[in-house]
Amino acid sequence: MIEGSIWRRWVFFRLPMGIFLIFLLFPFYWMIITTFRPDGELYIPWYRATYKPFWTWNPTTAHLKYLFGETTFAIWMWNTTFIAVVSTAISLFCGVLAGYALSRLTFKGAALLGTTIFVTYLVPQTLLFIPLSEIIRAYSLGDTPWSLILSYPTFLIPFCTWLMMGYFKSVPKELEECARIDGAARWQAMLYIIIPVAVPGILSAMIFAFTLSWNEFIYALVFLSSPEQKTVPVGVISELVRGDVFFWGPLMAGALFGSIPVAIAYSFFVEQYVSGVTGSVKG
Amino acid sequence: MSSVTIRQVHKRYDDFHAVKGVSLEIKDKEFVVLVGPSGCGKTTTLRMVAGLETISEGDIMIGNKVVNQLPPMDRDIAMVFQNYALYPHMTVYDNMAFGLKMRKFDKAEIAKRVNNAADILDIKDHLGRKPRMLSGGQRQRVALGRAIVRNPQVFLFDEPLSNLDAKLRVQMRVEIKKLHQRLATTSIYVTHDQVEAMTLGDRVVVMKDGLIQQVGEPLELYNNPANKYVAGFIGSPAMNFADTMIEEAGGVVYAANPTMRIRVPEQIAARMGPHKDKPATLGIRPEDLRMANGADPEDLSFDAVVEVAEQLGSEIILDLKAGGSAMVASVEPTVRVKPQQKIRLAINPAGLRFFDATTEAAI
Repeated sequence: MIEGSIWRRWVFFRLPMGIFLIFLLFPFYWMIITTFRPDGELYIPWYRATYKPFWTWNPTTAHLKYLFGETTFAIWMWNTTFIAVVSTAISLFCGVLAGYALSRLTFKGAALLGTTIFVTYLVPQTLLFIPLSEIIRAYSLGDTPWSLILSYPTFLIPFCTWLMMGYFKSVPKELEECARIDGAARWQAMLYIIIPVAVPGILSAMIFAFTLSWNEFIYALVFLSSPEQKTVPVGVISELVRGDVFFWGPLMAGALFGSIPVAIAYSFFVEQYVSGVTGSVKG
Repeated sequence: MSSVTIRQVHKRYDDFHAVKGVSLEIKDKEFVVLVGPSGCGKTTTLRMVAGLETISEGDIMIGNKVVNQLPPMDRDIAMVFQNYALYPHMTVYDNMAFGLKMRKFDKAEIAKRVNNAADILDIKDHLGRKPRMLSGGQRQRVALGRAIVRNPQVFLFDEPLSNLDAKLRVQMRVEIKKLHQRLATTSIYVTHDQVEAMTLGDRVVVMKDGLIQQVGEPLELYNNPANKYVAGFIGSPAMNFADTMIEEAGGVVYAANPTMRIRVPEQIAARMGPHKDKPATLGIRPEDLRMANGADPEDLSFDAVVEVAEQLGSEIILDLKAGGSAMVASVEPTVRVKPQQKIRLAINPAGLRFFDATTEAAI
């Protein structure tokens, strides 16, 4: 907080903050307004007197009806949720265990292994989807949710591992040593002491992993083909952009509903998430 | 309760030899303090007893059992850490009960033991709280409580008071002492603070560079330090040292340098044979110096210049310059001196110590 006179607070804090907020929230506002704006208003050129870009007096639910009635949007939502939840669960499980091992167990090549895992995260998906699609075809997983559930961890596990590795390093080693003297085996010390203490880190890894798989586009585009298997990002693009025609109303409605679960996930855990990313363990 | 035997123990890290053959016999019910500067191997030694570090060479026995290969949980020890290491997500009660739960004690027994320990340590009112709601002293009590509920064979303390402020440290020191008198559990205590070592230990082990310098009762270390290092480490303010040459004149042995010529007491002089005409370090504690009056013999006193006088109420600590060397004297509170004043100090001959200039061993 800036201290001092009122004008200083306005100039150095409130005004910049306000501009920043508008900048951040405007896309959401645009999504909402477009969702409820009738088609007639959407396609008015800007130089007409009736052009009112930021408000509408004739809100309509036609786009929502179209989205849920004429497309398989509800199924896309379910597909996306299912894929995101399962792949997040798999990645978290592996990431927590791997992160713990890399930060706590001293074995030959631990540091090298940690770096290698990180490097795999750096391989761009636009390259990786080519060999992955070969594998998906070989196991006949194409056009099933499992093609994504099994390929998302290729980038989620390295991500979770690194985030958890950093977090576990911030947990005092003595906690675990004390638990082991207290009579806990290594896995018990991990289960009863380290993991509960690391919950903020685990939650932030979870939110990140969930968001990444929720928004993932390339794999979903390549591995899924039939409309009833698609996820929200791919479904919205492929079914609501036909040729060069953009169905802006339903598109924005789809985007709006697609971002709600992520927003909910963030707002629920925002406190733990912040302390997870900043890595603070209060003793 | 049980004895602990450490036999020729080494600890080697990749490029660092931290503990270089430490042997120590700790009797049942004894309170032994390992003291030394940081990096002297005291904590590493303690952690090897705890089983938190592997032993590179040598044996550690608890009771009659070699524990080298036993995991920490099977050694029947309890450890108190410098940063308390309380489990932050558990209440005080659960913190203390954790070890008992892990060892499958039944609920009633756990409750009995935790309440009993909480009684002893006066933390009954805090049993339902989380550690972060407690003050430093209370956290340390919980850490102690967690150690005593298990009724282990050996207590290990790793600088448990370092995180407390000075006043609380003195208070907790007394409590640890009381606790040991009450429970009489064999204890090994690591600290870098020689006052803590002197006040707590039945015996004190002074360590430096991975080696034991001397083992003994506190007063034995104070009165008969085995070498210059121990002499300088034990006692506060520290012992004064002056470089001198040993010379004999008329059947009397003197330790002399340009500012002083001190007569060596007879019982020490008898051992001075091989050191004659060689350099030796003279040691004298600040409390064995006093303001000279006219009656003091010339060869048990020396001139010095006052640099700073620190009034402590019960005594005055004088920082002095005697020739080239800095000296500290603890004198009567009634003495009045000013900076830069020239004074003459008298030596209590019983307090004189001499150390070989090369080996630093006591003569």
